[in-house]
Amino acid sequence: MMSPTGNRTVEQPIVALHGVHKSFGSLEVLKGIDIDVMKGEVVCIIGPSGSGKSTLIRTINGLTPVSKGSVKVEGIEVHDAKLDKLALRRKVGIVFQQYNLFPHRTVLQNVMMAPLLVLRENRTEVEERARALLAKVKLKDKENAYPAELSGGQQQRVAIARSLCMRPDVMLFDEVTAALDPETVKEVLVTIRDLAMDGMTCMLVTHEMGFAREISDRVYFTDAGRIVESGPPSQIFETPQDPRTQEFLSKVL
Amino acid sequence: MTPNWTVSRLTWRAPVLAAGLCVLATLAAMAQDGSTGRPSALATLITWMPFILKGFGLNLVMSVLAMALATVSGVILGFMQISPVTLIRLPAKLVTNLFRNSPWLVILFAIMFLVPFQITLPGGDKVMVPDWLKATFGFSLPVMANVSEILRGAVASIPSGQWESAESLAFTRGQTLRHIILPQCIRRMLPPWMNWYALLTLMTPMAAILGVNEALGNTQAAMEAAGSRPEFLIPFYLFLMTIFFVVIYPISICTRRLEKRFATGS
Repeated sequence: MMSPTGNRTVEQPIVALHGVHKSFGSLEVLKGIDIDVMKGEVVCIIGPSGSGKSTLIRTINGLTPVSKGSVKVEGIEVHDAKLDKLALRRKVGIVFQQYNLFPHRTVLQNVMMAPLLVLRENRTEVEERARALLAKVKLKDKENAYPAELSGGQQQRVAIARSLCMRPDVMLFDEVTAALDPETVKEVLVTIRDLAMDGMTCMLVTHEMGFAREISDRVYFTDAGRIVESGPPSQIFETPQDPRTQEFLSKVL
Repeated sequence: MTPNWTVSRLTWRAPVLAAGLCVLATLAAMAQDGSTGRPSALATLITWMPFILKGFGLNLVMSVLAMALATVSGVILGFMQISPVTLIRLPAKLVTNLFRNSPWLVILFAIMFLVPFQITLPGGDKVMVPDWLKATFGFSLPVMANVSEILRGAVASIPSGQWESAESLAFTRGQTLRHIILPQCIRRMLPPWMNWYALLTLMTPMAAILGVNEALGNTQAAMEAAGSRPEFLIPFYLFLMTIFFVVIYPISICTRRLEKRFATGS
């Protein structure tokens, strides 16, 4: 329905995966994944548990090394031994299922830490940006709270603000609502939707089918380490072609 | 409610128990004081108290010095244990396990006889190494190994998600350790560290075996000098136990309180 309009005229994909394989010992988790994401696009990856979705998204910022194939972010090969990790990680932000906020720092400090310590940016500028981001995720009044004092949904929104404060070009979301109480899922999804509307390139691994359908430009259905089917959400959710997609959707919808 | 009650009761008990031990020592001394002409056991004890307390001062000096040495070297060793470089990690693991799993007295004897009694400085001056200093070094080794293990364990207990999110925010390994992992480790390390200090202090009388003039050695010397009467044994040793108790018990209460606080607060 409401598809965020990204700038689709740029020719080069911002994220490009080609023939990505990943094995953990003898277990092959990814068996040749190809995905191109254009700037401003919102891409959702759906599929049954254990289909390699999280592994897939973690290869994009280099947290999980690939066994074979190529992952490029803005033309930089992620799995190059000579990779400048700092350059990559300023470009790609990631939010995890378990928030992973730093419990010994306040909300504001959590958001400011990386730009201050890693990018060595000016404190006043970072603080201004951090406050603006906290206002954006509607947590302005919580800046001096510690993570343990917040609800799961609030912590997850802080985690999003923390990632954004590095000014990434791509945001990855790894099942960010899976650990949340149902009543706080919505506030996190609204935050992500606002982000997507602002034109941020987003890749989401999610089990929120309604949200995937509403927000995505393109949906990938994965099963057993392969992309079974991909296309615009209307096609995947209304007229899925592959029997595995049909079966999965009939279970979750 | 319950934890508070337990803690306050323990706190209240400590001085009472300590005082009780002192009274017991006094009573024991008086009860055995049947003879005439000779000074009573209690009077003898009071005469020799400064001498024993002076020895106890050395126990405290040894424990503080050994703990300082053990903390610095143990933290370095602990960092080496978590190094990604095998060449650094393996020797550190070896040293840690060697000193954690050896009897203290054996380490103490080894140090006593392996470290020379005098050292020639680069300038050519010869410096005597006093026995108590050697003993201090000997005590610091097993504690060092345990501090190393406390650090390694604390770092390992931090959820891997902390490392992952730090890595994703472009923190280097060193930055992650310094700004994210270690600040969370210190509170986890404090109670076991204090516990090891208490244990270390309780072990310092072992130095008496090696001829160091600390509290136990001085107590025995005092009893001998006063005529080795059997009625000395109970008051003198009770007094010795009491002074250790008075120092150590508050530490163990404090440790227990910290543990409780860290267990409830996240």
